[in-house]
Amino acid sequence: MSMRLKTGGRLVNRASQVEFNFNGKRLFGHEGDTLASALLANDQMLVGRSFKYHRPRGIVASGAEEPNALMNMGEGAKFEPNQRATTTELFDGLSVGSQNHWPSLEYDIGAVNGLFARFLSAGFYYKMFIHPRPFWKHIYEPFIRQSAGLGKAPTEKDADTYEHLYAFYDVVVIGGGIAGLQAGRTVAASGASVLVMEQTAHWGGRAVVDGGEIGGQSTEDFVNDSLEKLAAMDNVTLKTRMMGAGVYDHGYVLGYERVSDHAPKTTGPRHRLWRIRAGQIITATGAIERPLSFAGNDIPGVMLASAVRDYVVNWGVAVGDRTVVVTNNDDAYRTAIALKQAGLDVPVILDARANGAGSLGDTAREMGIRVENGKAIAKVKGGKRVTGVAICAQAGSGGVLEEIACDAVAMSGGWSPAVHLYSHCGGKLNWDDQAVMFRPDLNRRPTDQNGEGFVTPAGSANGELALSAVLADAIARAKEAVKALGHKAPSTRVPEASEKGENAVEPVWLMPQGAGDKLRMKTWLDFQNDVKVSDVQLAALEGYESVEHTKRYTTLGMATDQGKLSNINGLATLADALNTDIPNVGTTTFRPPYTPISMGAIAGAARDEVFQPLRQTPMQGWHDENGADYEPVGHWRRAYCYRRGSETRAQAVEREILQTRKSLGLLDASTLGKLVVKGPDTGKFLDMMYTNMMSNLAVGKCRYGLMCSENGFLIDDGVVARIDEDTWLCHTTTGGADRIHAHMEEWLQTEWWDWKVYVANMTEQFAQVAVVGPNARKVLEKLGGMDVSKDALKFMQWADGTLGGFKARVYRISFSGELSYEIAVPANEGRAFWDALLEAGAEFDVMPYGTEALHVMRAEKGFIMIGDETDGTVIPQDLNMQWAISKKKEDFLGKRAQQRSHMVSPDRWKLVGLETLDGSVLPDGSYAFAPGTNANGQRKTQGRVTSTYYSPTLGRGIAMGLVHHGPDRMGEVIEFNKVDGSLVKAKIVDQVFYDAEGAKQNV
Amino acid sequence: MSQVGCVVTHWIVGNEQDKGIPNAQSKNRIRNHMRRYSAFAIAREGARYHTGWERAWKSSEPKKRYDAIIVGAGGHGLATAYYLGKNHGIKNVAILEKGWLGGGNTGRNTTIIRSNYLQDPSAAIYEKARSLYETMSQDLNYNVMFSPRGVMMLAQTEHEIRGYERTAHANALQGVATEFISPQRVKELVPIINIHGPRYPVLGALWQPRGGTARHDAVAWGYARACSDMGMDIIQQCEVTGVRRDGDKVLGVDTTKGAIDCDKLGVVVAGHSGVLADMAGFRLPIESVALQALVSEPIKPCMDVVVMANTVHGYMSQSDKGEMVIGGGADGYNNYTQRGSFHHIEETVRALVETFPMISRLKMLRQWGGIVDMTGDRSPIISKTPVENMFINCGWGTGGFKAIPGSGWAMAELMAKGASPLADEFTMWRFGEGKFIDESVAAGVAH
Repeated sequence: MSMRLKTGGRLVNRASQVEFNFNGKRLFGHEGDTLASALLANDQMLVGRSFKYHRPRGIVASGAEEPNALMNMGEGAKFEPNQRATTTELFDGLSVGSQNHWPSLEYDIGAVNGLFARFLSAGFYYKMFIHPRPFWKHIYEPFIRQSAGLGKAPTEKDADTYEHLYAFYDVVVIGGGIAGLQAGRTVAASGASVLVMEQTAHWGGRAVVDGGEIGGQSTEDFVNDSLEKLAAMDNVTLKTRMMGAGVYDHGYVLGYERVSDHAPKTTGPRHRLWRIRAGQIITATGAIERPLSFAGNDIPGVMLASAVRDYVVNWGVAVGDRTVVVTNNDDAYRTAIALKQAGLDVPVILDARANGAGSLGDTAREMGIRVENGKAIAKVKGGKRVTGVAICAQAGSGGVLEEIACDAVAMSGGWSPAVHLYSHCGGKLNWDDQAVMFRPDLNRRPTDQNGEGFVTPAGSANGELALSAVLADAIARAKEAVKALGHKAPSTRVPEASEKGENAVEPVWLMPQGAGDKLRMKTWLDFQNDVKVSDVQLAALEGYESVEHTKRYTTLGMATDQGKLSNINGLATLADALNTDIPNVGTTTFRPPYTPISMGAIAGAARDEVFQPLRQTPMQGWHDENGADYEPVGHWRRAYCYRRGSETRAQAVEREILQTRKSLGLLDASTLGKLVVKGPDTGKFLDMMYTNMMSNLAVGKCRYGLMCSENGFLIDDGVVARIDEDTWLCHTTTGGADRIHAHMEEWLQTEWWDWKVYVANMTEQFAQVAVVGPNARKVLEKLGGMDVSKDALKFMQWADGTLGGFKARVYRISFSGELSYEIAVPANEGRAFWDALLEAGAEFDVMPYGTEALHVMRAEKGFIMIGDETDGTVIPQDLNMQWAISKKKEDFLGKRAQQRSHMVSPDRWKLVGLETLDGSVLPDGSYAFAPGTNANGQRKTQGRVTSTYYSPTLGRGIAMGLVHHGPDRMGEVIEFNKVDGSLVKAKIVDQVFYDAEGAKQNV
Repeated sequence: MSQVGCVVTHWIVGNEQDKGIPNAQSKNRIRNHMRRYSAFAIAREGARYHTGWERAWKSSEPKKRYDAIIVGAGGHGLATAYYLGKNHGIKNVAILEKGWLGGGNTGRNTTIIRSNYLQDPSAAIYEKARSLYETMSQDLNYNVMFSPRGVMMLAQTEHEIRGYERTAHANALQGVATEFISPQRVKELVPIINIHGPRYPVLGALWQPRGGTARHDAVAWGYARACSDMGMDIIQQCEVTGVRRDGDKVLGVDTTKGAIDCDKLGVVVAGHSGVLADMAGFRLPIESVALQALVSEPIKPCMDVVVMANTVHGYMSQSDKGEMVIGGGADGYNNYTQRGSFHHIEETVRALVETFPMISRLKMLRQWGGIVDMTGDRSPIISKTPVENMFINCGWGTGGFKAIPGSGWAMAELMAKGASPLADEFTMWRFGEGKFIDESVAAGVAH
């Protein structure tokens, strides 16, 4: 059984007691425990079920590479699936449940899959469930979906908060083992600013568990001493519980800080995502131990040798009473020695190498441990827990020599550098035959914008495993990074470290070497996804030879550990099956994040109301207080209408329109884009941007203009005012302000960079109000301060002045057909000005109106709306707006495009008005039929509705639409479709429905 | 030859349209046929440790000459070859692939299949594709797991409502079954959605019940197996280095495995189309940008349909493995990195956390990128080229997976007959004529 030892455990505080809950059981651990160490201390070896066969799963590792021990954690709004027990720090009240089983962890119906395992080989689902066709959707897939997935889905909105933090460092060191700390010290000594981050709560990594001496100090003292020195320096930042999640182009690093996962009762964010720009990145991310491939290597109780050692040394936990160690390298002997020192039994060390280990082997023998060279595990015995191993010769095919009872197996297949972060941005690897590992190729590191390397691996992450070599490498790599930044490298000397004479690791990819079909079907590569040696061999047999094909066909390495344990063993198996060598097979691509990070952290603080920037006009407060029914328009929210009492939207819109047409309406038009374009070449520039001539616009006058893309399509419209000799003010649509600003800048910066023109987006500097209706002039005159009479301020003119004491710029323009002024005041006076207008307008029953009334009134007048009459495929000519296209200008954006054959085709659909015969409102987006079908069997069409409204003014439905030869077909009746299949008849009419002669505004 | 043998021939060599194959020839072919996949085959092989399975596709070395060469063994290239054989009897075909088959965007996309397009030419080809997906598993005898679970596109602004209502009207005339549904119906179909978002409440959705997803790799593998079974050569690790011409007529290609002659050349290489066009001496209006996607860790089923939210920029479905599969917009600058930036991931995840608040406590397992080839109107090119007998199929941008069978069908017809009603509007010359097929009204986000 696994249990807490009487002594030992450098990280746990034995004086403390922490209560937690696993599958409803009350259990106890200590401060400093991880969930995994606490579970093991309570003899909970079985912690979950695998993905495909629902096999019993136990803890395999002690860190981020753990594939099995994933938990449903917490409840309600704090529930989270797939929490890794090995990286979850224990806290009082922690509550978890194991995953992927029914009805219980111990008795799981899904385990019946295991009985059929021999039929459920890699990719079996591609080969069956084909007939009959409807069965896939209705029977097979629902069944497969139900049995897939690991943790439960959360059901509630997350109760926690998250934040982002932006940071800049000369050097970021990822990993707080001795390599990271030594690299940090070397960088810090140069004066460069440095961040050193460690994903766990503790510094020192493996070295403090493995022991040894550095410069006469114990590794633990070396770590503490380094921390002290680093903490004392101003240019150093140290962070624990922060993982390097991803490395991106241009020195961009994500640091994933788990701020309060270990102490959920503290206030503040749960996770903090550090978005860091680094001059240089050093990945001191260590190495990950590989499992060995033997039959039954997935049975709970079979663990990585390093993990077994970690649990004893760090947490004082024995994973078993009798642990068999099996290895192809010397490092696993440290586990045997540590177990023996803790008073535990190690019946045998099985070393697959014929020559066995170096001095660690001698030590083990001296301690009385039996060591068998050239031996292997033929098979692990047990179901939900290891009960013993059958021993065989590594060189054979698995003939059993001896059976040994044990309750744990510590395996080591050698070490693989954690090259993930190094590889995210394109760092390349070489296969090292001697060290049996992929290690970074320092000549092919990820490169920055200048083609220089910006990510440097150091220590074990660079393939160095011995203490002295790790330190030497850390210093050398740190010096390179410092030099790359242009700093002078410090003269850090490599401290002396104690060394054990170790024999070389030997590649052992299958145990025993000649294991037959039966054993290979019980030999796991990917514990979570249930990928076995036989599956990879099958993939190779069937021609899925690329490592990417094998991965995708077998799901090898696609589990939540992303192949941290399985990938190298898998591709070695593939290489063997293809009769080639490992470098020819290559690796799959390493992608961010290093281990999964919360979506909450990625989204950060931007949620709910502020999930996107919220733009507000100066009058927003009034809208809020007066029944505004909002609609989102870009990042703005505009009042669709203002509802009073129990009014419906339609009733409110009708009231607003009728009162505006009858007397006086107000529109908050502040969201309209206001681009000030200034400079000696502005006239020339605007002549290029607009289809009309803008250079000859007189100061004091306004002109309605159209803007087209290079492809000739209409992209925006608005009124342009000439402010002075070299200043124009261009109004854009609300949605177009930022886009058109960028459009102008793009042309100015890329094509006409030598033109003297500057563009400033002044949209938010002004509040703008449209004062509309027969009484518009009266209300302005009541406010007083400037002459807005018919003669003083003619239609399409503007003037500066004061109104009711407010400094104002008044444009006499109209989008409703009524007498209308648009008045801009400084933004901070917007609300006061609005209030003044309401007060002065009270006697006229002034009526603030929203966007829908705006739309209906413009449609009644036959004015186009960008986004309704246009959709990116419409040119001004389609809208009968030739009058706004200058024939005098040599060029403007879209001119050449509009001369292309399809653009000048007489068959283009053109804008007309549409009136239903029965007065009803045409459906939005409806199409007009034409007889017959096209070559693809689709109904032919001859037009479509672009805008359609109920007009309160006319008391009937009105619409505009694009119709084939439309303007030539006035009076003709055509049929439009409804989604229910019925038809509506509509007559083609002039697009101006109201006051065609313009009498209303010409007063 | 036995009756059973004839049945085998029937499904893979050709269907009833495929006349003119002499009996002797088809008998001849039977000997080379692959064994069918079925539950019985699984049982048979399971009994002998799966040692009897054949290669899904043969590994071939190039011959000197082919009737047709397809460059690019992605979904579109393989589908083109498949329909050349199946519909037009052209089986002396090589498919050349510089990497591994299905390794480009076919294996990197978010597997969404829909045909609720606005413009007639788009709706025609995507609906053709969707209908071919319906029977693909049976046609190929390879389970591609087409799952018509339904696709919805959320309307979150008044403008979007009008856009989708227009699409629904257009679809009704195009023979594409879609409808505009209410927010309540959205909530019924997707219980995890928040329809009352404070910024962009859900106002409805365009719903295509027969849209869905499929297993992307399986589509490439299934076509590859079927092509190989027709005797076509799939040649991986074979990069085309030049296009050989006689004047304006294509003669063949130079490759890293030597020169190969052909009568007809089909180039189906997505992001690298410009490179191949350059070899042949013409230019294409294509830009290449990175498009990213990501998946969460697997969880038990919680969402049975595909949801696309274009206003906030993100879309999501749940794979049969349990992962939430998420995509968003394309990077704003041209590149070939297949990586992309974190910033788009942030924008997408933020949008989806707002739309599906429960995903905040899921974790991102993996993000990746692919290079998409974008044309000026964001619609594809399936076209003849200035070089006689050289054809090009590219520009699928962010939405190519869903089109694979329709694209292959149209390209094969174009190559075999010189014209195809599905392809006619997608010529490369439409840009010069200003005859765009612009879907930006209907889809403001990558898909």
